[in-house]
Amino acid sequence: MNARSLLRFNLLTGVVLGIVGFYLGWWLGHLVKAPSIAYFDDTGQNDIALFFAYFVGVVAFLVGLGFANYPIQRLLGKPPSLREKETAGIGRYFSLCTDHKVVGIQYLIGIGTFIFIGGLNAMLIRLELMNPTKLVWNGNNYLTLVGIHGTMMMGMMTSGIIGPFANYLVPIMIGARRMAFPRIEALTFWLLMAAGTILMTTLAFGGFPTGWTGYAPLSEQANMGMDAYIAFFALVGLSMMLLGLNMCATVITMRAPGMTWGRLPIFVWGTISTSILMVLAAPVLVSTLIMLALDRTAQTGFFNVQAGGSPYLYENLFWIFGHPEVYILALPGMGILLEILPVFARKPLWGYRLAVTGMLGISLLSFLVWQHHLFVSGINADLRPFYMLSTELISLPTGFIFLCALGTLWKGRIRLTVPMLFSLAWLFNFLIGGLSGVFLSDVPSDVTTHGSFFSMAHFHYTIMGGLIFAFFAGIYYWVPKMTGYMLDERLGKIHFWVMFIAFNSTFGPLLVIGFLGMPRRVVTYAGYLQGANEWVSISAFVLGGSMLVFLANLIWSQLFARVPAGSNPWGSKSIEFQLPSPVPVQNFDRIPTFGPDPYPYGEDAAPAQRPVIAPARPTP
Amino acid sequence: MSMWSSRGHGWRIAALTIIGIAIVMPLVVFVLGPNMPPGKSTPVAEGQVTDNTVLLAVMVPFTVFILVYIGYALWAFRAKKGEELQDGAPIRGHFRAQLVWLVTTTIAVLFLAIFGTAELLADNGAGGGGGPNPVAKPSGATIPVQVIAQQWEFTYRYPTYGGVETATLVLPVGKQIAFHVTSLDAVHSFWAYELGVKADANPGVDNVAYVTTKKVHSFQIRCAELCGLWHGYMFDTGYVVKDAEFSKWIAARQAQFQPVSKYLPKYAPSYSPDPSFRAG
Amino acid sequence: MGGVVLVGVLIGLYVAFLTNGPTPYRPAVAGSGSAKSVSLTLETVAAVGPQLSPHENWVSYLVKENGVWHRSTVWTLPANSAVHVTIYNFDGDSGLRNPFLAQARGIVPGSFQVNGKPTSVIDPDDASHTFAIPQMGIIVPILGVADDAKNQCGYAPCPLSNAHNTISFTFHTGPKGHYRWQCFVPCAAGFVYGFGGPMQTVGYMDGYVDVV
Repeated sequence: MNARSLLRFNLLTGVVLGIVGFYLGWWLGHLVKAPSIAYFDDTGQNDIALFFAYFVGVVAFLVGLGFANYPIQRLLGKPPSLREKETAGIGRYFSLCTDHKVVGIQYLIGIGTFIFIGGLNAMLIRLELMNPTKLVWNGNNYLTLVGIHGTMMMGMMTSGIIGPFANYLVPIMIGARRMAFPRIEALTFWLLMAAGTILMTTLAFGGFPTGWTGYAPLSEQANMGMDAYIAFFALVGLSMMLLGLNMCATVITMRAPGMTWGRLPIFVWGTISTSILMVLAAPVLVSTLIMLALDRTAQTGFFNVQAGGSPYLYENLFWIFGHPEVYILALPGMGILLEILPVFARKPLWGYRLAVTGMLGISLLSFLVWQHHLFVSGINADLRPFYMLSTELISLPTGFIFLCALGTLWKGRIRLTVPMLFSLAWLFNFLIGGLSGVFLSDVPSDVTTHGSFFSMAHFHYTIMGGLIFAFFAGIYYWVPKMTGYMLDERLGKIHFWVMFIAFNSTFGPLLVIGFLGMPRRVVTYAGYLQGANEWVSISAFVLGGSMLVFLANLIWSQLFARVPAGSNPWGSKSIEFQLPSPVPVQNFDRIPTFGPDPYPYGEDAAPAQRPVIAPARPTP
Repeated sequence: MSMWSSRGHGWRIAALTIIGIAIVMPLVVFVLGPNMPPGKSTPVAEGQVTDNTVLLAVMVPFTVFILVYIGYALWAFRAKKGEELQDGAPIRGHFRAQLVWLVTTTIAVLFLAIFGTAELLADNGAGGGGGPNPVAKPSGATIPVQVIAQQWEFTYRYPTYGGVETATLVLPVGKQIAFHVTSLDAVHSFWAYELGVKADANPGVDNVAYVTTKKVHSFQIRCAELCGLWHGYMFDTGYVVKDAEFSKWIAARQAQFQPVSKYLPKYAPSYSPDPSFRAG
Repeated sequence: MGGVVLVGVLIGLYVAFLTNGPTPYRPAVAGSGSAKSVSLTLETVAAVGPQLSPHENWVSYLVKENGVWHRSTVWTLPANSAVHVTIYNFDGDSGLRNPFLAQARGIVPGSFQVNGKPTSVIDPDDASHTFAIPQMGIIVPILGVADDAKNQCGYAPCPLSNAHNTISFTFHTGPKGHYRWQCFVPCAAGFVYGFGGPMQTVGYMDGYVDVV
């Protein structure tokens, strides 16, 4: 193997090898025979073969992409090389590239594609819910739609901001040329892409009936499509762990001179608090899924009562992951919010230390609240007041974030650009989301709202109203830096207003519908709720339409209009905007030295307080 | 007037907040609160309505303040269109504001947690399933009603009436009922909406929830935990009827289901029917 | 432009896939006014076979239309009518998880007959399937073929010459409505609690009844 042939590993070879690996694994799995798995003949469901197929398929996919090249080269005694495909053309986006900026853009497009699929599923769900007695989708397909929507969104948005934005920006913001483990960074991306593809294969195996939470024993009863869910989440968990680890290692070890902990941009603090959660919570998910897979294949009895196990074990383990998971979703959004507000209010971030305390406080507390998902499930009732208290306490650090945001607006000079609009909408949406969470954390109130559409509207307000709005704020703010071309402002504003109004019109009524007695994940409901559901469905279609406006904006402005952004279209004093757009491969010609103030806005900010940096030459 | 050197902003925001609270709070406490779900059909449901009203009332000042503040800031601190890029005031923090915020929010949260706990204990668990050994048990006699959830129907057993099993839930009015919710297979959830009761049905577990029936009415029963294909169709209507009518009804059911009663297992807190694991 | 077309085609295929399901069966209505009635002839089989399904070992309901048995579990019935149901069961017993469901209810009293003999309840351990429309309060247990019976049916469709039990009953439909029906016996061999696979798939042991 010479260097040239190794350089030809890319997505195409990955996919081809992946498919070969899938069938190889399938064949290997069929070789496994034992008396206790004779049920395969009755059911026609060979879960062992499918798991083998997915595993070998993913490994082969990664080998095909070139992840095995470096270890093999080193084993053969060749000298170490680090940079892979960092200067080639568009091909580097379709292969293993160690440039963190390329990985960031890969994440943006990759996650965007899968989110589009998840969002399409949401539209189809709402289509079904328009009428309680007439069915659009055949039987099980509705539950599969619900499952794919939730699972795809949760899996993809976990890395939804850390993947694209933190990968791209954190090294720049701390003055480094790369992440601590560039190859692992690329691995996290391709694992996620493999995972998303695997989830869609569930359709070929009958779908899965459990929704994104995968509660046993229903998940043990399910068809082979359930295995796609298990494989998806296991890969997502692995990707999360590695991503978080990489982020922590990078920020701890690779900060430039002058970049002390107290001078980190708040976006980096958001990334760190998220990464800690990723590293600690994802392993619980992976272990739980392995147990579930064993129950389904090797006939173990972890979650089956009559085999000596307990469904409570699954519920608790899942939510020990699941609750930090939702803060993994929320914290990066807070990081983006507090990063953008100073720029468009032209003021320093108000209460920097308070904001950091808030983020780390949320991280810590998020491990102490998971049983609020289980209030009426028959857990020991003595525990409920404790979890009620701990859950309500989490609103305190969240309140700190709000206070810092409000303080940043005080006596500022606010410019309502599209990123700022999305950030302000975050405040509004997360307020409603957070308050509805207080209802759910209160046990008597939770008795009615648990498992109803109120709970669903709550987490959509926080995850979609919070995270996705912050995601778009980040896109409109940073894509000009990443590509060098501005996104159209007018289309952006149309996108924002349609999305904001449609979003509230969709999920506001759902808060009420949940309180009026509609459980989650149902395909039929009481007749008196039909009018409300029709309203919600139509609003949801408009919401989906706003995404099409965004897509049109993205394609038009990036591929056709191509208005150059220049290095600093927003007048930001953050370091990434002192560099050319797009940021050149080496980030900086010389590693910068940072000044004492990460947000040197305000009339008293003397030039000496602004970061002293050496701008890089643009890539030829 | 240089808009951001004026000192009136704080007072204006405070005034608008107070006016906002004065308008919204009575609406919330007197109009919205008492009409909140799940209604007033049982003491437990009433307790939840009170709880929801208190929650709303505590949230009103914070919500009004934040929304008024943001609205005001967008009006007063806006950069003029086409104006040269100028910086705002260099304020990096204000210890007193942070302290006041911390103290008020902490007090609010602690109050809500204590109030919620009190409500939970006073209402014998507020209608939520409390496991086999609930902490708050009602004093006095209770009528046990076992709710058996299976894929995909609820059936009900009355252990004090000979263990008769029925497919309809009928309860006598004015009595304390102890629901013993269990499942035969997957995880379901027994949600009697107007009664204000919800208890998950787990296989092998006896999940107890208490409610006192107060008036004659019908109520919706829905499954609130995804249990498979027909989860959405797993619903029922329950009835609270007068004592005499209940006695007649249960006697009629005992007569109707006498043929199958010899096949029913003895009443137990939970059951382990065959097939226990994989069928066939 | 090409990208948009491709995405549109993919979405179209996805939607078509999701709406794929059994074609509804509408039995012919006899009589009129308050004396409307329909006949529903069903058979339940132990293994549906490769011709009728990609899952050849799954149990299934089949309905007879124009003399041909096919796998349709979505039925359209007229409102306010009598429905005469005849079920030929070719499958062995699996036993009911909840014995309560072994007593027929929700049907015209006295109309439940097993192999021509009127009865009200069967031994729950001998139940092979059930016919149940829970929202109408209807449940009828279906007696299983004995394990040592001769001439048992292999793959569907099963001719009457194979060992079988005949269950018949009548129920009344009320006003218009949309209901689902299911089997309550854990007859999905190999699945946890016997309730997976065909027990959770419309077109086998589950379906809809639309009363129009």
